[in-house]
Amino acid sequence: MSIAPRKPPLQFALRLKRALGGKAGWNGLAAQIAFAAILAWIAYEIVANARTNLETQHIASGFGFLNYNAGFDVNQSLIAYNNSDTYWRVFFVGLLNTILVSVIGIVLATVIGFIVALCRLSPNLLLSRIGGIYVEIVRNLPVLFQILFWYLAVLAALPAPRQSISIFNTFFLNNRGLVVPQPVTEPGLYPFVAALAVGIILALGLRHYARRALFQRGQMIRIWPYVLGCLVGLPLVSMLVFGEPLKFELPQLKGFNFAGGARIIPEFVALTVALSTYTGAFIAEIVRAGVMSVHRGQMEAGSSLGLSRAATLRLIVVPQAMRVIVPPLTSQYLNLTKNSSLAVAIGYPDLVSVFAGTAVSQTGQAIEIIAMTMGVYLLLSLTTSALMSVYGWRINRSMAA
Amino acid sequence: MCRAIAAVVLDDPTKVKFVPLSAKDRFTALQSGEIDVLSRNTTWTVSRDTSLGANFTGVTYYDGQGFMVKKSLKVNSALELNSASVCVQTGTTTEQNLADFFKGNNMKYEVIAFGSIDEAVKAYESGRCDVFTDDASGLYASRLKLANPADHIVLPEIISKEPLGPMVRHGDDQWFDIVKWTLFAMINAEELGITQKNVDTMLKSDKPEMKRVLGTDGNLGEQLGLTKDWVVRIVKAVGNYGETFERNVGTGSPLGIARGVNNLWNKGGIQYAPPIR
Repeated sequence: MSIAPRKPPLQFALRLKRALGGKAGWNGLAAQIAFAAILAWIAYEIVANARTNLETQHIASGFGFLNYNAGFDVNQSLIAYNNSDTYWRVFFVGLLNTILVSVIGIVLATVIGFIVALCRLSPNLLLSRIGGIYVEIVRNLPVLFQILFWYLAVLAALPAPRQSISIFNTFFLNNRGLVVPQPVTEPGLYPFVAALAVGIILALGLRHYARRALFQRGQMIRIWPYVLGCLVGLPLVSMLVFGEPLKFELPQLKGFNFAGGARIIPEFVALTVALSTYTGAFIAEIVRAGVMSVHRGQMEAGSSLGLSRAATLRLIVVPQAMRVIVPPLTSQYLNLTKNSSLAVAIGYPDLVSVFAGTAVSQTGQAIEIIAMTMGVYLLLSLTTSALMSVYGWRINRSMAA
Repeated sequence: MCRAIAAVVLDDPTKVKFVPLSAKDRFTALQSGEIDVLSRNTTWTVSRDTSLGANFTGVTYYDGQGFMVKKSLKVNSALELNSASVCVQTGTTTEQNLADFFKGNNMKYEVIAFGSIDEAVKAYESGRCDVFTDDASGLYASRLKLANPADHIVLPEIISKEPLGPMVRHGDDQWFDIVKWTLFAMINAEELGITQKNVDTMLKSDKPEMKRVLGTDGNLGEQLGLTKDWVVRIVKAVGNYGETFERNVGTGSPLGIARGVNNLWNKGGIQYAPPIR
């Protein structure tokens, strides 16, 4: 009796079939190709149809306009811009303004959200009531209304430039914004930055060494004096040797406004404050839900190990809660970014206001500009969710370990 | 203007649907067919006439851009506005004129552009800006909405030419002709002294020009694809150019704007229409 040698299965072909067609096999692959072809055909029809319609109506089309002069001014720009720059430049000015308000808004909203959530969870009755009232008021009012409230009711009530509220004669607060001393770079800047960078790297290295010593040998090493030396001492030495890195130019009242100094415009403040307090209320609820999802026993286990309440929260509860918090938190970040397009109501020059607004009506090329703007928001949103996915993945990995 | 077109085409000046549009949405609305005539305060420029797929049909109002400031600033000329903050409506020729004016006079300024005129005016009133800029007619209209109109002055400088007129989409030349000649008919009616009140008695006139215009002789209206009595319909519905001007923006209205350059060509202005013959 002999045993016929079994043929090995055609692993590669099978795997290919599985990957391309799923469970349905080659039929599934055919269906997918047909579906993709139909999608491509629809997309082609849309583009071709728009093109012919634009041509028959003699509406200018194409992206050539991006190289023309824009001819209008923008009141806040992170890159050098004046009215003889191109529409490309306008696009980037608007984009950077959108990103600026989104990033700062996201950071503030997260901080507000966590603080309010911890207030609500606190055993202190007063704190938890205040947190609850904040959440209920802020998240139940429309965000556009809140933006207008901050802009028209709060910031507009500030005095005119000539009656500015002066803080030590260096900061001036008025209805044109907050005027702050402007940093002017000095030759000592580069050595200063280099010294700071070296200090940070050294401090991180020390921390790594100390952690390894703690985890592997159970040895506690006191490193904070050295870290302080690296972070403060090195830059100080560089300042003594190469001179100060920055000089501050003080603002002076001249004519209608302040000359010299930098200015944070009230539109930016109103938009950032409104968006971050609004989104912060939602984040507070998400964080609260996340913390509540961690079993009570974890808290009790922490206490029984002799950890303080704060340490238990920081080391045991919050890391577990983050798994629940991160996915809805991502949605809130995306909402904040998209809500920043309400800027047009208060004259903050974001992408929608300067590019999808002014540029559209000056060039009349709505299709191209709106498509670009949509693409940008899509890209911003996808980037945000990709970053958050990586973060979520890292948390899950560390949980599993 | 829209009522006059409705009167001439449909014989009913109330058969108009007005769609309020902001400056930045207006061209898209016209291009997409949401509206058939854009009769707002749109400035006729070469780029708008060529690249938007639409045509201007004429000039209903000759305007120019001006500045409004608070009297308390004690500014008497636009040339004293160096380093001022300026509120403006976004998506208008105003924004570009403003940039040109300040650049041309070597002055610095800060622009705050709002989505709608009301928001811009509100910010001006709250003190966010020193100056509000718009077409002069718009400045007078906005000043009325302020809490204390007497505290604000419109500076004497007019920094641009703003011929405002209706626009129609490309592709329908007959519609273009109708909109264009509706305005011309109103101006011609004023020139001939035909008013809403006397149009019926004028019908009995035997002056050849009057008979041609009012359609008692010839078929000029039918050549446009309208009825013979097309001018009569317009004048009965809204009056002649002068009457609509006085009623809507002139001395008969809260705005109280003088005719100025918008007077007829033979009365010292520049409003001139090709003859109806």
